[in-house]
Amino acid sequence: MKTARVGLRKWWVPGLLLLILVLLAGLPRFASLYNIVLVSSILMYIILTQSWVLFSGPTGYISLAPAAFFGVGIYTAALLGLKLPLPVFVVAGGLASFCVALVVGALTLRLRGIYFAIFTFGLVQLIKNLLVWYEFSLTGTRGRFVVLVANNTIYYAMLAVLVLLLITTYLIRRSRYGLALQSIGENEEAAAHTGVNVTMVKVLTFAISASFMGAAGAIMATRWTYVDPYMAFNPLRSFMPVLMAIFGGMGQLYGPVLGATVFAYLEETLLTKFPYHYMLLVGTILVITIVYLPGGLVGLLQKGRRAISRRGQNANT
Amino acid sequence: MLVTILNVVIFGLLLGGLYALIAMGLSLQYGVARVLNISHGEFIMLGCMTTWTLFTVFGVNPFLSLVVCGPLAFLLGFIIHRTLFKRLMSSSASPGIFEGNSMLASFGLLFIIQNLASLAWGPEIRAYSYLRVPVNLAGAVFGANRLVTLGFALIIGLAFYLFVARTRLGKAIRAAAQDPATAGLMGVNINTVLALCFGLGAALAAIAGVLISLSYSVNVAMGMEYTIIAIIVVALGGLGSIPGSFIGGFLLGIIGSIVTFIDPVLSLAAYYLIFIIVLLVRPTGIMGK
Amino acid sequence: MPILEGKGVTRHFGGLAAVSRVDFQVDQGEIVGLIGPNGAGKTTLFNLISGALVPKPGTITFKDKKINGLKPHRICRMGLARTFQAVKVFPNMPVFENVLLGSLFGSPTRMSSADAAAQAAETLEFVGLSAVGASPAKDLTLANQKRVEVASALATKPQLLLLDELMAGLNATEVAESMELVGRIHDRGITVFMIEHVMKAIMNVCDRIMVLHHGERIAEGTPQEIAASKTVIEVYLGE
Repeated sequence: MKTARVGLRKWWVPGLLLLILVLLAGLPRFASLYNIVLVSSILMYIILTQSWVLFSGPTGYISLAPAAFFGVGIYTAALLGLKLPLPVFVVAGGLASFCVALVVGALTLRLRGIYFAIFTFGLVQLIKNLLVWYEFSLTGTRGRFVVLVANNTIYYAMLAVLVLLLITTYLIRRSRYGLALQSIGENEEAAAHTGVNVTMVKVLTFAISASFMGAAGAIMATRWTYVDPYMAFNPLRSFMPVLMAIFGGMGQLYGPVLGATVFAYLEETLLTKFPYHYMLLVGTILVITIVYLPGGLVGLLQKGRRAISRRGQNANT
Repeated sequence: MLVTILNVVIFGLLLGGLYALIAMGLSLQYGVARVLNISHGEFIMLGCMTTWTLFTVFGVNPFLSLVVCGPLAFLLGFIIHRTLFKRLMSSSASPGIFEGNSMLASFGLLFIIQNLASLAWGPEIRAYSYLRVPVNLAGAVFGANRLVTLGFALIIGLAFYLFVARTRLGKAIRAAAQDPATAGLMGVNINTVLALCFGLGAALAAIAGVLISLSYSVNVAMGMEYTIIAIIVVALGGLGSIPGSFIGGFLLGIIGSIVTFIDPVLSLAAYYLIFIIVLLVRPTGIMGK
Repeated sequence: MPILEGKGVTRHFGGLAAVSRVDFQVDQGEIVGLIGPNGAGKTTLFNLISGALVPKPGTITFKDKKINGLKPHRICRMGLARTFQAVKVFPNMPVFENVLLGSLFGSPTRMSSADAAAQAAETLEFVGLSAVGASPAKDLTLANQKRVEVASALATKPQLLLLDELMAGLNATEVAESMELVGRIHDRGITVFMIEHVMKAIMNVCDRIMVLHHGERIAEGTPQEIAASKTVIEVYLGE
């Protein structure tokens, strides 16, 4: 009797996903360097967006911290990358973000959602300031060098993290914890009185979502040979996952993927040439989406489908 | 020794006055209009940059800019609320959803305003010099610009505080903050009051920006840090309490002055530490319920 | 044998005492009623018992263990469940999942998914909502939503069930059905502590009744004693 909570109801969806995965795995063999780098960026944004949705979607607690966790991952790679192999420092990046998120969550997730949101908003500035102070006062350096890694390696690493994230998302959604997460978003007090340890579920899920952002950051750091706190901690990277999730729509799994793909592509083409215009554009799109398209593209498609089926029903009567 | 203490205290009051202004503005927007406006700092930045332009390009006295930027920002805030946030209010299914949506919309607004400003002014750091004559107070030397700024911040802050506490319009605002529905029934034009408060909040931000530009260098990216400070003060004073924001602003200003004396780069970290302590010990803030 | 005991339970909001030095006791197997005019502090008392609020000061013990200060989910797993005055269901989740949540998380010991599902189905059947298991909870009538809430609470296998105005907003037929449900819950061996305004229901169903007024306990006794009590009549009519 248990209804599936994931959009994997149709039998052909797993098959389609597998096909896409195979195609993606083989991409480096026949694609140009430009496209490999582009797709790596798209994968990164899908990771950021989907991990944001993992926590903020069902619970409704809006996190503005993705940039902070991404930056923690970048800096972990910068600190460890010259001494340790890629898989190790990527996992370390994930772990570091996990720990930061645990602390942030433990502090703020016991309180109303607004405290959580405002704490996460300032987090990226806070960590940046602390690192600047640390580097300036204690180590006297400014910025660090990062190990250089082949583009194909970056691509495969990102793909691996994404696959891991999708599997994790699926497992969580199908499990009792997914049910608990949803119940927290629907009525947190009732959930607590039904036996759900709401604080622990929130904090753990938040930390898990943060770890993927950290891992993505650690991988991406290798694309820049040199990072400093200002590059690593950029509020735009908190903004984009939120925009992508809302624009794409959070009702179905493909929503964030759609949103991430559209904007990752836009960013690659516009950000370097017209940075201010680009950011102006995405800011405007977010506002328009919130006001006029609250369900995102997914919501739009669902409305369209319902309108078509209604027309079909009317035709049959 | 005395000179150092005087330095720290005066600087603390200066910071405090500025913080109180920006926090009261944000408190007005969140407490009444229920919008956590994270683009608040961008209005501060606009005040700063406009004053810079008016002074360096047109030779306009910065204190005159107060009279220009304040009303302009008020108008901008009023219009933004009437168009954007009012629309959101009617389309949001519950107050909780509106809180989230309005915050996200203001996030978008942040990027819009900051990048429009970047296109207008460019990314360079600017500054101007006005009233930078040294004034000697019992051995401690301050720039006249800072002392006058402090004076203005205190006067404007107090005036605003009294406005909310004593006047009829202030009462309507407080009523709307407590219970919008009932206030509406009592004859308060709720929609106007909400937009008014949002506009007033923006005006306070711009005014603070004008004053900030007298003592500090300015650039288009300066807004976010002030937003964070305003948020911390509002949380410290109690979400939605204007007296709390006033007191909290000065509290944080003194703390900031002391920390700056030790190590200026650590001030934001110190503020966050205060924030954490408040969240742990008394999340409702000093004057919160 | 008391299953729930409270001593000197007090709670202030601002300067006002919502609940003031209330002692109470519920014996195992009883159905106890809690009545009083609006604003008497009844729901606040329930909030203090269920862990939504912390008594300052006062102690509350459940099955001889102190529960004041524990978080709601801990108290729930110990065997104390409640419903809310303003119906709290999970509106967009199917009715079945509303109840399943209780089986999965509220039980004293961890249940496997299969066992939990079976138990949820059985509980749904018990309250008579098996037919609407797949509907989102928000699509149900008020009376049925209240039943979903009760089912969700029952799925946590409680020994004590707190019902907060189960019959508010229901018509005469629905009230009778609710009374019958309470009777069947009691037959299962669950102790019931209920806030109610519908006097007919309370007088017929309860073994004992406690009366609160301005946060203080002013009377306690059998339904007959309470109906005859001068103090209670004054409180309800004299205001």
